[in-house]
Amino acid sequence: MHDMSNIVTMTHRNLLKTMHNPDSLSDVIIEPIIFTLLFGYLFGGVIAGSVQAYLPMLVAGILVQSILNAASGSGQQLREDINAGVFDRFKTLPIAPIAPLAGQLVGDILRLFLSGVTALATAFLMGWRPTTGVPMLMAALFLAIFIGWATSWVFALVGLLAKNAELIGSISMILILVLTFLSNAFIPTKTLPHFLQAFVRVNPVSLTITAIRTILQTGSWGSNATLVFVSGGVMILIFMPLTILVYQKRD
Amino acid sequence: MNSKNVVQVKNIRKRFGKKAAVQDVSFEIKKGEIFGLLGPNGAGKTTILRMMTSLLRQDAGEITLNGYNTLTQGRLARQQFSITGQTAAIDQDLTARENLIIFGKLNGLHRDAARQRADELLTDFDLVQSADQTLATFSGGMRRRLDLAVSLVGKPALLFLDEPTTGLDPRTRLQMWQAIRKLVAEGSTVLLTTQYLEEAEHLADRIALIDHGKMIVMGTPTELERQVGGMQLRIDVTELQAVPHVQTIVQTVLGESVQTDGRTVTVLLNQTEMQQVAQVLAQLQSTQIPLNHFAIETPSLDDVFLKMTVGKN
Repeated sequence: MHDMSNIVTMTHRNLLKTMHNPDSLSDVIIEPIIFTLLFGYLFGGVIAGSVQAYLPMLVAGILVQSILNAASGSGQQLREDINAGVFDRFKTLPIAPIAPLAGQLVGDILRLFLSGVTALATAFLMGWRPTTGVPMLMAALFLAIFIGWATSWVFALVGLLAKNAELIGSISMILILVLTFLSNAFIPTKTLPHFLQAFVRVNPVSLTITAIRTILQTGSWGSNATLVFVSGGVMILIFMPLTILVYQKRD
Repeated sequence: MNSKNVVQVKNIRKRFGKKAAVQDVSFEIKKGEIFGLLGPNGAGKTTILRMMTSLLRQDAGEITLNGYNTLTQGRLARQQFSITGQTAAIDQDLTARENLIIFGKLNGLHRDAARQRADELLTDFDLVQSADQTLATFSGGMRRRLDLAVSLVGKPALLFLDEPTTGLDPRTRLQMWQAIRKLVAEGSTVLLTTQYLEEAEHLADRIALIDHGKMIVMGTPTELERQVGGMQLRIDVTELQAVPHVQTIVQTVLGESVQTDGRTVTVLLNQTEMQQVAQVLAQLQSTQIPLNHFAIETPSLDDVFLKMTVGKN
């Protein structure tokens, strides 16, 4: 119980930081807006015949890309906190050792939520209308945030291992760009060369996008979604203990 | 185990690659004491402190805080102390009050108690005016004061201060000293590292002089000064040709070997010879040799510091 209240305090700390420094949210809000506008208006006609016809396909891709981008922030923020020396002081407090880390990652859920909602809202303003009811829309958003949160543990681990916050930022960005562009996020994959199709097929980002696209287009959860959900769970089971271990062993 | 010793450090060592950063350092700190780790830059003070606070594992040796071993009982050992580091470890994006409240809660205070404690500390450290501004607007001195205030949130029985006043203006330094003394008056024990002799001399009950990772000497400020050679008598003679005469008088009365350097005559004194200094003065007066200066001096800690660390850096 005591540990829980530590985590709540730490989460509160992270939210306060965000409130005093709203600029830190700009990337998770601006990025989805720009990418939705750019891709929608630039490629809508070429890929699907019109912007309206492209949006139902694009929205799942943008949603996942935005979420991954938001998730990558956790590693960078963690590293900045550690470099600032605040985490050393946390280590000398009579609190659960995991609390500072947990505070960051629980606080991350807000970033993930904001970036997901911004992506959906931008698409909505451009004329996209979800064909499913609100519960399934929420289910799609939930799945995206869940997989984003699982990924943020991986980024947190990277943040603990790499010493330089800027380096973490640029590596994360490149990784996300490659993984989302070499997926079915923005384009139909059948025109790609064969070796790329093979990569796209095994790319976990493609799988996630397919699952979310299925929910948004058919209004049903689908086996893909279950697979993605389970994979996310497995990622958390692997990376949460690993990240905590590295966090505690950190000298 | 002696229950009076809050801190016990036994033969600790630490290497960074090939460099031996700390070599076989041992000391004990008694309850209610201010203990100073004094040494030049890079002497290993911070490394010792990082091991004591379990931020760094020693290669060998044992550290106990209130009887809790920092390696095997890390979490319990960490609950025994609070620390203020060289750089202010506080959240830049939060206000002073929020920093204090959050650390209050993390120290186990409930919301109202944490708020109340924050108010007390803001008053104590003269930060009430800027309590609700984020730290971006704070000066270096204000940050350091807040940093110390954050360390005091949980009223720690044991406080570690790593160069608490380095780079502070004299007024802020005095404020920090007052805060530290107040804390000790309330029953806390303090370990501080410093490269300022003046600070160690003013604040510390006992000092350990560290250089190149080794403990060079340990004792009260007075003991350390005595190590350099106790008191000395210094006489500045006005006329150079009178120096041999003065030398003879001093030597006859005190029976010690006397050193001369230009017009200055110096002699080291032990306790019994102190009584006879008046006799020297009386004889000099009767011969009417003009003097510029006649003094009994204590070597300062500066002398200790320079003597013990000289030529090694």
